[in-house]
Amino acid sequence: MATRTLFHSPLRPVEDFVGAGFAPDVSSYYTTQAEVRAYHRESVTKGDKMNSRGLRSQLKDSVPVAGLCPQGAYGLQDSLRSGFTSIKNELLPSHPLELSEKNFQLNQDKMNFSTLRNIQGLHAPLKLQMEYRAARQIQRLPFLPSSNLALDTLRGSDESIGFEDILCDPAQSEVMGEPHMMVEYKLGML
Amino acid sequence: MALSTVLETPGAGFNFDNAARNAALEGLFEGGQTPKPLKTGTTIAGVVFKDGVVLGADTRATSSDVVADKMCAKIHYISPNIYCCGAGTAADTEKTTDILSSNLSIFSLNSGRNPRMVMAVNILQDMLYRYHGQIGANLILGGVDCTGNHLYTVGPYGSVNKVPYLAMGSGDLAALGILEDGFKHDLELEKAKELVRAAIHAGIMSDLGSGNNIDICVITKEGVDYIRPYKESEYKDDRKMKYKYRPGTTAVLTEKVVPLNLEVVQEMVQKMETV
Repeated sequence: MATRTLFHSPLRPVEDFVGAGFAPDVSSYYTTQAEVRAYHRESVTKGDKMNSRGLRSQLKDSVPVAGLCPQGAYGLQDSLRSGFTSIKNELLPSHPLELSEKNFQLNQDKMNFSTLRNIQGLHAPLKLQMEYRAARQIQRLPFLPSSNLALDTLRGSDESIGFEDILCDPAQSEVMGEPHMMVEYKLGML
Repeated sequence: MALSTVLETPGAGFNFDNAARNAALEGLFEGGQTPKPLKTGTTIAGVVFKDGVVLGADTRATSSDVVADKMCAKIHYISPNIYCCGAGTAADTEKTTDILSSNLSIFSLNSGRNPRMVMAVNILQDMLYRYHGQIGANLILGGVDCTGNHLYTVGPYGSVNKVPYLAMGSGDLAALGILEDGFKHDLELEKAKELVRAAIHAGIMSDLGSGNNIDICVITKEGVDYIRPYKESEYKDDRKMKYKYRPGTTAVLTEKVVPLNLEVVQEMVQKMETV
């Protein structure tokens, strides 16, 4: 039986890992709504009805992501900046690249890990994922910019420059979130 | 619940917040009057010759129907042994080649070697495919590295082609005709420069989006010769830029002096406090 002490979610049997990626962990803040749905689908088809994702984080993921809901004072539509209200705009992305960019890093990682698992065996992605999860937890409070130095070094992105280093640098953003709300959101208390 | 604050910091990189607003605004403008990005509407060409690679480009940048820049530099530096001509949206080619150049210099500093052409091509291909053609950059990369002289083209969707001679941009058909006619393997330097010049010239004559001067960049194992401009357009205007005239430029016809008689009305003396 897979060990339960190492990770928050129970490990799936070995054959589940072939090309299927990994079960999203509870403590990761980078999971998306699509992943929650995929996980439920998979766990239902495999007959595994146990809901291993904590209710708290499920609630957090079901809150609409800030980018796709009305951006105005008190959640009302700001007609000057975002045009007229449209349910379609709130649910679907308005740019063809929006979704693929949001999930780009995630998809790259999944692809790389499943290739690694096929070539070198199960231990290789497991060890790497453990290091990633540890490095991902080294963060400042949510409203402060974190350098993510360890995560960058692991990923190799400290030696390359892309658009995410040039455009919209979070360290130079003009708005700051409300500290209490942001910490409560991260802890799932909101 | 009031979502009046941002709950997570917005991610770095491209921000799509205004996409919905832009789509709505485009509908208001009734057909094609939205401001167009600055395109280069170009003719660029490249030829592999005996000792290296010759790249050529025109220097006109257009913004819909107006020439925005008459002396635009379309041959971008990537690394000491690789240069890149860019056609398409001017900002996209600039930024993409800048990012590529930065990545390759980080690599050079790490490994102590000059980067290879295939590295540049791979980085570009990955980057452009990721954005599915939204970055409008048609690039011709030419360079000399330890494996030889290479000429590659990368399209906006990430397609790559390795060829001995090449033309891109809106004037590419005319330029390609000249190149097809005159190209031979292992040309000499002067013949190669002349061939590229003739190709760009054909592009300039046949295409409205290309014009003004011709830039040439010769890359060999010994080094790079960036000749800007190689050939100036014969329609260059003769603006002086400075309009200061020497005293005596205009002839004096008559002179009349009228003295102004002033009378003292009031005199007031105020003592200054000096210590």
